[in-house]
Amino acid sequence: MEPLMAVVIGILYAAAIYMMLRRSIVKLVIGLMLLSNAANLLIFTSAGLTRGAPPLVPEGLAEPLGKVADPLPQALVLTAIVIAFGVLSFAVVLIRRAYEIVKADDLDKMKDTDT
Amino acid sequence: MSTEVALPILIPLLSGVVSLLFWRQRLVQRFVAVAGTGSLLVSGLWLLSSVSEHGILVMQMGNWQAPFGISLVADLLGAIMVVMTGIIGFAVALYSLATTGRGHEAFGYFPLMHLLLAGVAGAFLTGDIFNLYVWFEVMLVASFALLILGGEKAQMEGAIKYVTLNLLSSVIFLSAVGLLYGLVGTLNMADIAQRLGQVEGNGMVDVLAVMFMVAFGIKAAAFPLFFWLPASYHTPPVAVSALFAGLLTKVGVYALFRVFTLIFNQNPDYTHEILLWGAGVTMLSGVLGATAQFEFRRILSFHIVSQIGYMILGLALFTPLAIIGGVFYIVHHIIVKTNLFLVSGFVNRLCGSYELKRLGGLYRSHPWLAVLFLIPALSLAGVPPLSGFFAKFIVIRAGIETEAYGVTFIALLVGLLTLYSMIKIWAEVFWKAPPETRKDEPEVAPIGQRELWQMYLPIVGLALCTLFIGLYGQPIYALAEASAEQLLDPTRYIEAVMGRSTGVTP
Repeated sequence: MEPLMAVVIGILYAAAIYMMLRRSIVKLVIGLMLLSNAANLLIFTSAGLTRGAPPLVPEGLAEPLGKVADPLPQALVLTAIVIAFGVLSFAVVLIRRAYEIVKADDLDKMKDTDT
Repeated sequence: MSTEVALPILIPLLSGVVSLLFWRQRLVQRFVAVAGTGSLLVSGLWLLSSVSEHGILVMQMGNWQAPFGISLVADLLGAIMVVMTGIIGFAVALYSLATTGRGHEAFGYFPLMHLLLAGVAGAFLTGDIFNLYVWFEVMLVASFALLILGGEKAQMEGAIKYVTLNLLSSVIFLSAVGLLYGLVGTLNMADIAQRLGQVEGNGMVDVLAVMFMVAFGIKAAAFPLFFWLPASYHTPPVAVSALFAGLLTKVGVYALFRVFTLIFNQNPDYTHEILLWGAGVTMLSGVLGATAQFEFRRILSFHIVSQIGYMILGLALFTPLAIIGGVFYIVHHIIVKTNLFLVSGFVNRLCGSYELKRLGGLYRSHPWLAVLFLIPALSLAGVPPLSGFFAKFIVIRAGIETEAYGVTFIALLVGLLTLYSMIKIWAEVFWKAPPETRKDEPEVAPIGQRELWQMYLPIVGLALCTLFIGLYGQPIYALAEASAEQLLDPTRYIEAVMGRSTGVTP
């Protein structure tokens, strides 16, 4: 499972960087979305994938039987998803406002603050 | 249980909530802004005094023991940074009473400011690497919203660059945290430091170190990814610029200091060598960028970049004296830089422009403002006896002692070029004759007496801080020395967080 996930994560990162390098601000935001998803999958995978072993302690025992999945990466991913959702919704509103004000969806036309 | 560790986070959060509740009552929001930041400063001072008395203070959130729960840790560096947050928050809150318009206040300027301060204080106090990421995001979201308050064209353009690069750095940070967790199976920074020593093979550790370096380097606006800063910092209302200039990049620098003294200290030949040259190029590119600019706040923004180089240089040299220099530099820089931005806002209020070409003659009409500009400006350039001189002196001396002559030469040269930029502003804004007024220029409203005081007070206060650090630097030096001692001996931090018995196995 891990090699497959590694390839998927790699493709996601590559696609995200490619989208972010394009001139359209809509594609920029799509790139950011892909990037945060790639990072979430990376956390999930790098902590080790365990199939079909929920981290539950059976009744009457002090610790779970056998090997169970690590719950912490899932908590981390959950937090990261929530944060990424908030930030991305801000980014979407931002590009809409930017489009209304600048009247262009082209990063090459947003150079006033660079020089 | 030491409650003072959590107070600097709780106070701004609470003030933010209260000012949200009074969304329509402008006066209450203004009062809460001053009272909240004032008590943040007081709680910071309390924290600093009790840390210097009792050593590193730790608070385990929810009483979960160290590697399992989130710990809040206040060592001297963290406490110093919290005090600086309080000082800057208080000064900017006072200043924004006069400069933030009704329009900005109606869209939640004050609640966002409190939220930003909470994020900054949280980042300084947390002892958990994922929690650090969360505080970074709290700070970033608040800063995004503050940056586009007002919704002008330049703000939108600047914000797109700011948001993109900061999100990129957050994702790199998050990916690095994920990989680090995969490697050592813990998120507590003290525990990570302990276990990373036992990891075999340096390859992965070095990769992670560089990932953290890139992530925090973007936040700190270090070379080569600093372009978001000069593209955005001159666009928002001036109080926001001043707050950002004082605090945000310094959170990145703090994170670099924390991570590269506590966690990634195994292979300094490799990591700190990269930091060293990064610092050198950061200094040079920032100052050269500034010489080409003719806009008040833009010059100052480029100088933030070049000054960040000095702080990272202090970390990169990695000797006790260099770390002292780095900490001293952070303290000096936060005060001076914020003050310069506040002065630039004052000038804009008087003349209605930030363009140096349109300004002039202020020495004749406002001699005291000219003096108040000159104090932080000369301090930034490192003219004795102001605070910048000692900060630069310590860092450069550490550079000579470690025989890093190349970077030391750059540091000296950059000091000279900084002086050139500051004198340029002085000559253009204050000294030269005022330019002839043209018809298309907007009329500037006269300033009321109360407004004048609300602007003068923080500027004078920060200028006095600069003078104090310069003329009576011994206490600050002693503090920086003690904090450098703590930073270079991570076992103390680890022991404080994990307890003496380190035999806990999950």
